[in-house]
Amino acid sequence: MAEKVRQQIMDAEGLNRTIARLAHEIVERNRGTENLAILGIRTRGVSIAERIISKIHAIENTRLPLGILDVTMYRDDVFKKIQQPLVQTTEIDFDIDDKVVILVDDVLFTGRTIRAALDAIIDFGRPTKIELAVLIDRGHRELPIHADYVGEHVATSLQDDIEVRLKQVDGMDGVFLVKSLKVN
Amino acid sequence: MDFKRKHLLELKGSTREEISLILDTAESFKEVLTRPIPKVPTLRGKTVVNLFFESSTRTRISFELAEKRLSADSVNFTASGSSLSKGETLRDTARNIEAMKIDMVVIRHCAAGAPHFLTQCVEASIINAGDGQHEHPTQGLLDLMTLRDKFKTLEGLNVAIIGDIAHSRVARSNIYGLQAMGAKVALCGPPTLIPLEAQDWGTEIFLKLDEALEWANVLNVLRLQLERQQRGLFPSIREYHRLYGITRQRLEQCKKEVTILHPGPINRGVEIESELADSEYSLILNQVTNGVAVRMAVLYLLSGGKGSEELEAE
Repeated sequence: MAEKVRQQIMDAEGLNRTIARLAHEIVERNRGTENLAILGIRTRGVSIAERIISKIHAIENTRLPLGILDVTMYRDDVFKKIQQPLVQTTEIDFDIDDKVVILVDDVLFTGRTIRAALDAIIDFGRPTKIELAVLIDRGHRELPIHADYVGEHVATSLQDDIEVRLKQVDGMDGVFLVKSLKVN
Repeated sequence: MDFKRKHLLELKGSTREEISLILDTAESFKEVLTRPIPKVPTLRGKTVVNLFFESSTRTRISFELAEKRLSADSVNFTASGSSLSKGETLRDTARNIEAMKIDMVVIRHCAAGAPHFLTQCVEASIINAGDGQHEHPTQGLLDLMTLRDKFKTLEGLNVAIIGDIAHSRVARSNIYGLQAMGAKVALCGPPTLIPLEAQDWGTEIFLKLDEALEWANVLNVLRLQLERQQRGLFPSIREYHRLYGITRQRLEQCKKEVTILHPGPINRGVEIESELADSEYSLILNQVTNGVAVRMAVLYLLSGGKGSEELEAE
C-alpha cells in the first residue's frame, strides 16, 4: 500500500516572485527583448508563458508574441498510454525564422515533452536559438536536455508527482509535491 | 472522453460524444495542413493499406494524403491489375496482406458489408471508405465538420438531402451523423429514388424540391449515380434537372440563405447548375479540405483505440 502526502512547495506569492525572476533572467541574458518570442506548451506552459510576457511588458514595455504549442502529435508515447491523449491545436501566428524562441513549460521531468516540442518547432521554421524556461525542474532526465531558466529545483523520487496549479487553469496558484510513502 | 472503437464501419449507432471527439481532433489536424511543413510524426511506424475495389479519386487521394501527413507508411491496392482479376477472394486478399504485418486497412468495396466482413478475418483496424449502398462514414464526418465550421453547432439545423437517396451511401452516413448531432434531416427526390426503408429513419420526406428549399438551411446535393441506374427509375436526365436540379433561379425564388454541400464528383448541369457549384452558396471545396483533416483524426484515434473488451482486461 502506498500512502500519498501532499505538501505545498510554493504558494501564490512565491509563484509570482519566481515568474518575475524568470522574466528578469530572460531579458537579462538576451540583453533586451529584440527578436524574442515566447512559446508555451499546452496546457500550463501557456499560462506561465502569458505571465512571463506580462512581467516582461512591465519591465521593458514591449509585449512579446505568444505562440501555443500542442506536442501530442510529436510524442513518442502516444500509443503507449491506456488513455489516448486529446490532440489540441497549435497556434503560432508569427514567423519564428531568425527569432530567439523561449520555450516555456511548467515541469521539466524526463525531457521527452521538450524533445517533442523541439521537433514541432523545427517544423515551423528555423529560429536562431531556442531556450527553455521551466517553473519546476524535478530531475530524472531520460534525454540530454537541460533548462536555461529554472524557477526551482525540486528533489523527487520517480513515484512522486509535482502538481502545478495556476489561476487561469485551476482557479488557484501554488505548487505541490505529492509524495508516495510506502506503508507496511 | 476516450475513443474506444477499433474500426470505423458506419455512423449508425455513433454517439454525439464520439462524433464530437472526432471533429475536435480533426480541427487540430486541420491546423497541421496550414504549416510550412504540413507533416507530423504521429503515426510513424504504422502501416496502412488502402484497398480500393471501386474507382475513387477524392476519397483515395484524401486518405493517402492523410496517411502521409501523419507519417504512416501506406500501400495502395486497386482492383484492376491485382490478383483479384485472377479470381482471388476478398478473404484471401485480406489475409495475405495481413500476413505482411499491417496496422490498418482502408477499404472501398461495391458490396455493402465488405468492411464488416474484413473485421472477422483480419486483426487490423478497418476503416470503411464506402461500401455499396450502405455507408461512407468519413464523408458523413467531413460533411458534419464543414457544417459545424460554418454554423458553430449542428443542433437545430435543417439539412435537406437531395437526389438519389436510394443508391447513396453518403445519404445514410449523413442521416445517422446529423441526427446524432441534433440536426433535423429531410430527404427530397423522385419517389423512385427514395427507398422504402426511409420511413424508419425519422426524416421528413419531400417529393417537391420547392418544399424542401422552403424548409432547409442546408442542401446536401447528391450525385445522380448514372452508373447504378440501368432500370430507368426516372424518364430522362433533362426531366430530372428540371424537377430536382438546384439552380440559382430556384434559390432566389425561395429568398433564403442556403448552404450547399456536394460529395462529388459533380454532374454539372444535372443535379446542380454548373455556376452554382462554384458560387458563394457552395462549401464544396471546404468539404475536400476538411476531408483530409477528418481522415487524419480517424486514423489517429483508431490507431490508439483499443477494443472495449481489451480495455476492460487491462
